[in-house]
Amino acid sequence: MEFLSYLISGLSLGSVYAIIALGYTMVYGIAKMLNFAHGDVIMVGGYVSYTAVNMLGVPGWLSVLIAMVVCTVLGIVIEGLAYRPLRAAPSLAVLITAIGVSYFLQNSALLIWGANVKSYPSLISGTLKLFDNRLSISYVSILTVFACIVIMIGLTLFTSKTKMGKAMRACSEDKGAAQLMGINVNRTISVTFAIGSALAAIAGVLLCSSYPTLVPTTGSMPGIKAFTAAVFGGIGSIPGAFLGGLLLGVIESFAKAYISTQLANTIVFAVLIVVLLVRPAGLLGKYVPEKV
Amino acid sequence: MSKLRNLDKTSKRNYFTYLLVTAAFLAVTFMNQGGLLNKKMQGLLVPVCCYIIMALSLNLTVGIMGELSLGHAGFMSLGAFTGVVVSQSLMGAIPNEPLRLCIAILCGAAIAAVGGFLIGLPVLRLRGDYLAIVTLAFGEIIMDIINCLIVGHDEKGIHIIFNFKGDKTVADLNLLEGGTAIIKGAQGAVGTKTIASFTGGFVLILITLFIIINFVRSRSGRAVLAIRDNRIAAESVGVDVMKYKMIAFVISTTLAGAAGALYGLNFTGITAAKFNFNTSILVLVFVVLGGLGNLMGSVIAATVLYILPEALRQFSEYRMLIYAIVLILVMLATNNPKVKNLFMKIIPTRKKGKGD
Amino acid sequence: MKEFEKGKMVPVPSHSIIPERDIGKTPVLECVHLGIEFGGLKAVDDFNFTIGKTEIAGLIGPNGAGKTTVFNLLTKVYAPTHGTIMLDGDDITTKSTVQVSKLGVARTFQNIRLFSDLSVEDNVRVGLHNQVKYSTFDGVLRLPAFWKKEKAFHEKAMELLSIFDMQDMAATKAGSLPYGAQRRLEIVRALATAPKLLLLDEPAAGMNPNETAELMENIVKIRDTFQIAVLLIEHDMKLVMGICEGICVLNFGRIIAKGTAEEIQTNPEVIKAYLGNNSMEG
Repeated sequence: MEFLSYLISGLSLGSVYAIIALGYTMVYGIAKMLNFAHGDVIMVGGYVSYTAVNMLGVPGWLSVLIAMVVCTVLGIVIEGLAYRPLRAAPSLAVLITAIGVSYFLQNSALLIWGANVKSYPSLISGTLKLFDNRLSISYVSILTVFACIVIMIGLTLFTSKTKMGKAMRACSEDKGAAQLMGINVNRTISVTFAIGSALAAIAGVLLCSSYPTLVPTTGSMPGIKAFTAAVFGGIGSIPGAFLGGLLLGVIESFAKAYISTQLANTIVFAVLIVVLLVRPAGLLGKYVPEKV
Repeated sequence: MSKLRNLDKTSKRNYFTYLLVTAAFLAVTFMNQGGLLNKKMQGLLVPVCCYIIMALSLNLTVGIMGELSLGHAGFMSLGAFTGVVVSQSLMGAIPNEPLRLCIAILCGAAIAAVGGFLIGLPVLRLRGDYLAIVTLAFGEIIMDIINCLIVGHDEKGIHIIFNFKGDKTVADLNLLEGGTAIIKGAQGAVGTKTIASFTGGFVLILITLFIIINFVRSRSGRAVLAIRDNRIAAESVGVDVMKYKMIAFVISTTLAGAAGALYGLNFTGITAAKFNFNTSILVLVFVVLGGLGNLMGSVIAATVLYILPEALRQFSEYRMLIYAIVLILVMLATNNPKVKNLFMKIIPTRKKGKGD
Repeated sequence: MKEFEKGKMVPVPSHSIIPERDIGKTPVLECVHLGIEFGGLKAVDDFNFTIGKTEIAGLIGPNGAGKTTVFNLLTKVYAPTHGTIMLDGDDITTKSTVQVSKLGVARTFQNIRLFSDLSVEDNVRVGLHNQVKYSTFDGVLRLPAFWKKEKAFHEKAMELLSIFDMQDMAATKAGSLPYGAQRRLEIVRALATAPKLLLLDEPAAGMNPNETAELMENIVKIRDTFQIAVLLIEHDMKLVMGICEGICVLNFGRIIAKGTAEEIQTNPEVIKAYLGNNSMEG
């Protein structure tokens, strides 16, 4: 029973990672940049939802929508102002800019909401009790896993069936060729950021529902973990991000339960390193050797 | 004198860097003796030196070798805690502080060198963003592991407990009477006798410059530059890619370890969390803004950007926000032709952007 | 080129600069049943080929025939899936690129691969990496070995650059050289490794007829001065027919003909391979 409960909490945490990682991986796939500010968009999502519920008194489900809208707009604005002018710049310049954006978001949040820990009100309370109360699963966990699966399926359908989804795949393969085929590359990248940021908002709400402490740096560690998950699964691959996120969550949960709370992150990162050594492009990534 | 005229541009710039550092050191020392520096500025002197060395050493990895490392603070951390343990446990044996500082720095550097070698073995096989994420992972791993260390010293020697379950305390060290705890797990190093000095920092910067400048302009350094420019061509002329990347990486981590030891011995207490991902990023920002491969740029960027947030204290909570905006604007101004032109019109005296 | 398309071969120049073949000596390179598969596709198959110690040989064939893949196999950029490669009596089939370079195979690249941020002289110095040696320690501490060996580096680099009269450009950044000079620098850098076998991948690409004629003379001069074997991939038939003693024609990864210039020009298989493609440039 214990094992099952750890597995479920791992899957729930992994689902949050997976949702964030999906955003990471889509942005990386298309813009070839490590968007270090992605984790902070999660934090903004959490704060917006918190404010909507606590200050404006809107119902929980509506606060999620508001958070998604705010984050989507934020994602588009960040991309347009900070990243688009650097499309031709060296990747390090873009990375530093992303770090700048990350600092900006964290410190803006600090100014707006203050440094005090905000306690996030859970959207859904209660737990599901099974096996004569020996196993209890919170509804939030179930919702998180469910949301992750729906998002994963939705994104897969979106990228394979819709025109915009196909444009995204074309741009991530070859931007120049996509442009020649009449695809508006800038708009496609904007849409990718918009989707990624909306997902980050959902992840923010789900994360805060499970771990209800909200501070301006809330998004940093989950952001790094999700980034790890994306690399773990093969960065640029949507199923890879899903798989990587879930595995990472489960590994973390088991490491905390059975080995050491202190070294849980170490174990997660160690697994990543081993995987990359065996499969340099991650679990589901394609390794493309340099052409001579 | 004619010899000086024949020097190429790079040599001139290198000599100028030595000169600049020396001049800055002398100026600051005089200012300090003249009582022109307040307590706070005095407190910044050694950390600035440490961050200059961190930026210079990271520039070797990122600018000269061309591989993005996001875990450089981890090696600083190795050096810092090694330095503290060495200095604290040798306090009785070597009362002379500058000598003990030297030994502590050497030990910190040595441990960081070993760490760099062990981590380099897997890391340097990877490329690009994959290498970056793995260095990030190792940085966090080092932090976690040091967080689990409980170290003490008594007349029998050094006692170490690896507290990975989180259930041990200093009492479990079973120190003899008169023994002291040096590192207390997540609380970090406590009660350290601070022996770091500004002069020590200055000398260490000069040594760092000497090592990196001479390395780059030697057979091994050329091999590293060749690998950065074109790995496949370098292999085709018989340059062992792994070997030379490893040499550069180990030099880089060794220097970071030395900087760490100096840093650790400048404060009565430090925690492993001080050397987290954000510190690695901070140093990376110094390197990129100073210019990749540009050592003088690293020195200037580290100094200005470390002191800037302190100087912006009067804007209190707005300072980090301003810092973030400045960072983004500088990157845009140096990398986007349109924004660059716009800036050029505003500041007509500047001829060239920093980042080229 | 046009003549070739009509089915007429470029004639061998009457004032042939081909010296005697080094027949009878042991070959410097011997490939036996060499082949590589990429996911079931045989990019090079059953490649049997030898080249004499001071021979200039050509590897020709339509685009996509697998010529550069052969070079990549010989320099171990790719590991062969079949066959063996012998270099001067040593089996190099399982050696690494670096080891192969140390044993005496040097190459240039079809799409130029210089160390573009380094100076011309430093490019050659990197080529001399395994010829002149001192430790990292000597270099960092500027010990006497450093000064002595750096002098040797400079002298040798200048001597090598003089082959193509490039001493004046020594301090120029390699990336800012004109195209032809970049190709020449790649050859100098390859020669700096003191090879037994020099592989040239389309050395005349992008050169005008005058430059090509000069290059032909230089390739012969290099062979004569350094007493090494040269294997070259080239689409310029004037160059190939002009200086190659042995020619090997590849099509779809397989050798379809081997022989002297005359033999190749009259070989029906070769004519079919080229004309079937309708253009020798592919």
